Amino acid sequence: MRVLAAMSGGVDSSVAAALLLEQGHQVVGVTLRLWEDRADSGCCSVAEVDDARRVAQQLGIDHWVFNFTADFDARVVAPYAAAHAAGETPNPCIECNRHLKFDRLLRRAAQLGFDAVATGHHARVREEGSRFRLLRGADRAKDQSYVLYVLGQAQLARCHFPVGELTKAEVRRRAAALGLRTAAKPDSVEVCFVTASGGRRALLGSRIALHPAAVVDRAGTTVGTVDAVELVTVGQRRGLGGGGRRRRYALSVHPRDGTVVVGPLEDLLTDRVELTGLSWVDAPVTGSVLAQSSAHGEPLDATFDGSTVRFAEPHRRVAPGQSVVLYRDDEVVGGGFAA
Amino acid sequence: MPAYLDHAATTPMHPEAVEAMLPFLSGRFGNPSGSHAAAREARKALDEARDVVASCLGAQPGEVVFTGSGTEADNLAVTGVHALAPGPVVCTAIEHHAVLHTSMATGDDRRAPVATDGLVDLDALAELLDPEVRVVSVMLANNEVGTIQPLDRVVTLVRERAPGAVVHTDAVQAFPWLDVATLAAGADLVAVSAHKFGGPKGVGALVVRSGVAVAPVIHGGGQERDRRSGTYNVAGIVGMAAAMEVTVARRESTVAQVRPLRDRLADGLLASVADSAETGDRAHKIAGNCHLSFGGVESEALLVLLDGAGVWAAAGSACASGAVEPSHVLSAMGLAPERALGALRLSLGTTTTEADVDLALEVVPPAVARLRAS
Repeated sequence: MRVLAAMSGGVDSSVAAALLLEQGHQVVGVTLRLWEDRADSGCCSVAEVDDARRVAQQLGIDHWVFNFTADFDARVVAPYAAAHAAGETPNPCIECNRHLKFDRLLRRAAQLGFDAVATGHHARVREEGSRFRLLRGADRAKDQSYVLYVLGQAQLARCHFPVGELTKAEVRRRAAALGLRTAAKPDSVEVCFVTASGGRRALLGSRIALHPAAVVDRAGTTVGTVDAVELVTVGQRRGLGGGGRRRRYALSVHPRDGTVVVGPLEDLLTDRVELTGLSWVDAPVTGSVLAQSSAHGEPLDATFDGSTVRFAEPHRRVAPGQSVVLYRDDEVVGGGFAA
Repeated sequence: MPAYLDHAATTPMHPEAVEAMLPFLSGRFGNPSGSHAAAREARKALDEARDVVASCLGAQPGEVVFTGSGTEADNLAVTGVHALAPGPVVCTAIEHHAVLHTSMATGDDRRAPVATDGLVDLDALAELLDPEVRVVSVMLANNEVGTIQPLDRVVTLVRERAPGAVVHTDAVQAFPWLDVATLAAGADLVAVSAHKFGGPKGVGALVVRSGVAVAPVIHGGGQERDRRSGTYNVAGIVGMAAAMEVTVARRESTVAQVRPLRDRLADGLLASVADSAETGDRAHKIAGNCHLSFGGVESEALLVLLDGAGVWAAAGSACASGAVEPSHVLSAMGLAPERALGALRLSLGTTTTEADVDLALEVVPPAVARLRAS
């Protein structure tokens, strides 16, 4: 098979490309330039491209760089900023996967005669009959299936996640055994373009107006202020002012009214979350599920009726805009945005 | 045989240049700034190279400043003048980044627009000129679309309206094709780069006419009459001189040989690819430039397909990571953004053959069709 291996310059995608070669595929590496990165740090900086290219050279494969900065800006960064302006807490990695890696890149790969695209995500694809199932990565601690729930059958049929079968330790051992320069590189932890822009406040401040807001309790009494309501996330405790004895959490964020409503932990607890923008790996699913509301959050027992997730026990409210991913055992079935 | 159609990026070295350099890469290693026999031997080679370069550029030997690249020559021209005579820097919107970014770095730059034909808008340029202006930089030929700028008319305008300004021309792309010595005779500063005309990479030159003062950008031992410090790249300079001699001696015949190849290539592609257009006015282009745009195609993908089929070409300018960047040149010429994304630059040179053109004519149309179909 001809496989286009997306290489970020990290150890996982380096090993992914190496494994594909070992499996006998024809492999070309590609690094996506997604963000104009003047500080030259972060996921698509020149230094990362250098690392990816050097690994490709070590593996003896061609390496290309595709400039998807315009699409990334339109499909990921602008919606990210707009969501914050609306008081939501989006996960831009999911939109990057949906629009860039598994749409733009997949189409480009098909144009260029590739059968599939591979990435270094820790997740697994199982082909059963004519259907494809998406499973958590073998290394539960590094599992990245959460950010892949937007993949459907059409994408999974042309996706490879070669390191999904390995633990991170095994990935690093393979990289070291191959002498890859990325073997000991630290994992990236933050959102690439946010880090590269000097943080969330700097990035959002350059995209949207940040407004001060009143921090009010449920009775409507002002108990403090924040200087940028757009930076407040539901569930947040720090930075909301007030030094009372009771801990206060952001219960809801209202940029239009210029308020952040706070309250004690018990007021943050809820047993439900409504989902919008549903995406299914295969046929839509209802009934008993495990619901996970952040990349490495705990999967919680729940039921889904087609629009609302009801948790078996009350949990902290999921911040609007966050993705809630629905699993059955270790299998991703779909997900959507918390309303 | 692959078709190398990226001569605007760099050129294969002339054998004469390689030959001339070899002794200085082995036995003759002396530093020309010394005083012993080995140094004198190197100095002689340097002096002779300087004479050749000066003559090929229509300058006096003392007016030639050797640099490490065309980019450095442009930097020295703009920054070097601005440092001694602060004031507005005017350049065209289609300058190479070496001029564009250097002008921006002065913090006092003005940008002259170009028309859709790729030529500087002289009326608009005139508007930007006043007695305060210190540097006017107009390239002789553009690196992307190959358009030849009316430098003599620019010089006339500058002398009338900005008598305190020096005229710099980036002649890096022009030198293989145009009589720079004549066409740039009116300019105060002229930049060239050896690897664009069959010389080695890592060496360039700036003509600084007598009476024009430039502050050094690189400080040190005071070489090049204190205008550019650093130990001489003797082999590179000797190679550049040899390549220049060959280029100038054969220039007319090169143009006569390449122009019909370029015309056949451009006309053939325009005829065989629907929704294709030539960028810039061919009547005002250097002979080696074929620049086209295709609707409904992304050049980044097209270049990959062409590479796979043995046609080595380019799109706009490439950034440090190798990705294709949106072209400031095409945008300045008013090309629609979606059109600019489908740009293809095929640049021919002294080694280009009929077979290269045949291959490109065979390979480009199906590649475009394939991208449009998917």
